[in-house]
Amino acid sequence: MTIHQLTIGQLATALANREISSTAATAAIFARIEAGKKINAYITLDREGALAAAAAADQRLAAGGAPPLCGVPIAIKDALCTKGLLTTSGSKMLANFVPSYDATVVEKLRAAGAVIVGKATMDEFAMGSTNENTTFAVPLNPWNLDYICGGSSGGSAAAVAADQCMAALGSDTGGSIRQPASHCGVVGFKPTYGRVSRYGLLAFASSLDQVGPLTKNVRDAALMLNVICGHDPRDSTSVRRGTPDFVVACEQGLQQGLTGLRLGLPREYFELGLDPEVQQVVAAAVERLVAGGAEICEISLPRTAYGVAAYYVIAAAEASSNLARYDGVRFGHRDLAADELEAMYSRSRSQGFGSEVKRRIIIGTYALSSGYYDAYYRKASQIRTLIIEDYRRALAQCDVIVSPVTPTLAWPLGAKGDPLSIYQTDILTIPTNLAGLPGMSLPCGFSRGGLPIGLQLQAGHFREDLLLRVAANLEKSLGLTDFKGSPKNK
Amino acid sequence: MHIDPEEVIKVARLARLELAPDEIADLATELSRILRYVDKLREIDTTGVDPLYHALPLVNALREDEVLASLPRQEALANAPLASAEAFVVPRIL
Repeated sequence: MTIHQLTIGQLATALANREISSTAATAAIFARIEAGKKINAYITLDREGALAAAAAADQRLAAGGAPPLCGVPIAIKDALCTKGLLTTSGSKMLANFVPSYDATVVEKLRAAGAVIVGKATMDEFAMGSTNENTTFAVPLNPWNLDYICGGSSGGSAAAVAADQCMAALGSDTGGSIRQPASHCGVVGFKPTYGRVSRYGLLAFASSLDQVGPLTKNVRDAALMLNVICGHDPRDSTSVRRGTPDFVVACEQGLQQGLTGLRLGLPREYFELGLDPEVQQVVAAAVERLVAGGAEICEISLPRTAYGVAAYYVIAAAEASSNLARYDGVRFGHRDLAADELEAMYSRSRSQGFGSEVKRRIIIGTYALSSGYYDAYYRKASQIRTLIIEDYRRALAQCDVIVSPVTPTLAWPLGAKGDPLSIYQTDILTIPTNLAGLPGMSLPCGFSRGGLPIGLQLQAGHFREDLLLRVAANLEKSLGLTDFKGSPKNK
Repeated sequence: MHIDPEEVIKVARLARLELAPDEIADLATELSRILRYVDKLREIDTTGVDPLYHALPLVNALREDEVLASLPRQEALANAPLASAEAFVVPRIL
């Protein structure tokens, strides 16, 4: 096994035993990125900063007792502010934006000794499910370069799948970590809303956005969660609540096995006309869970079909407000030729935003505008209440909800042009965000054509431990190493 | 729900967006379709249902009213497309 293929856990052991230096591991990752440049996983690389961080990590490692992420090369979604390093959010609007501060999660990673390799490609302002909505080069699926890698954290997922980093951070507003993780065959974890600080995350929809890791295996996700979770006074929605040791949760979960756990299969998810290959692979994973001792029960989430509609009102409404800050004054693109204030605002915004972002700003502005507020925004927020009630009832009957991540396989680049049909593919991941629950995507197999298929797990608020327990056991049972393999093209 | 181009122009103005004629036409068609889809929300009776704006019960996050360090002016101005030594510069408004 070569250096770039190592998991965080494996690399951390090799680093701690001084079998390899962080400087060498970082150099290996940059060589790997260079060799796989066509995947377009990164918007910005920071070789100099990374090698300096690696050298500092090597000193810490030599002193002994360094934390588990010390010296480990990590990619950061370009929606997270990195001090002194270009942060574009995939947009022409921020093509020159260099933050003067680090996002809290970035600060925490640096403090833990992580080596930040660069900024991963994403859909513009995290609005998209294919990563085709970007002003930069579109990232490709490492398993088949003609296919989408998913979005909006597409670069993060592609970078992990292609071994161009050991792990990555993404953000998930309606599935933006779990869906690309599923399409790229990696682990994606969206924590409970409020577990992770959003300070320094360029806001899309504040009541839904949550930062989380994309990793090569379940234990690595737990390692990342241990570092990024925790209360942050700079984010008023960050919860004042202790963070359990998620690695311990994984290990205990493996010891406990699955006996006594009740897994719920939502009837409505399976009535959606799933791709037969997705259905088969998910059914096989469920059989393994049963063989491992879990009990299966059918549950009902009756308002599932309304989640997408509610989401596209709520997320667009919040986006229209959040993106009002891009006015060409303090940062971002400006039409310098405009000599009148209002024209300067509207021309700067029209030139800086891409078409999907404009579409959502218009939907959101419409939904919040006088005369339509009750019919759209208020109505969608009431449906949100009902969706949470559905979950509450379902989670009284089961511990973890098991389902596909997406109803379909990844599709060929450019194959879906119609926004509405793309929105509808997020039907299985959106409700998690509306309810603020933790959710994860775990690789569980492949289509006959060689595209990865993920399994989604959801649990009650702050029950990440249950997700890790199920995932760690399933991963072990599947022998995930068979699946990770090497994408032919990566 | 049908959205005509005039409506798109009106909403774009509220959002401070200046759209090209082809963008307006496309958005009118797409928004009509999207809103027709969203109209399925009306199938659910929500009489007496409280709207929910956050998934977790939130309380005000308060801290002591202490002065903390703020961003140095030069750093705050560093990303401005147009700035003087001490301020953001915008087109004349008076």
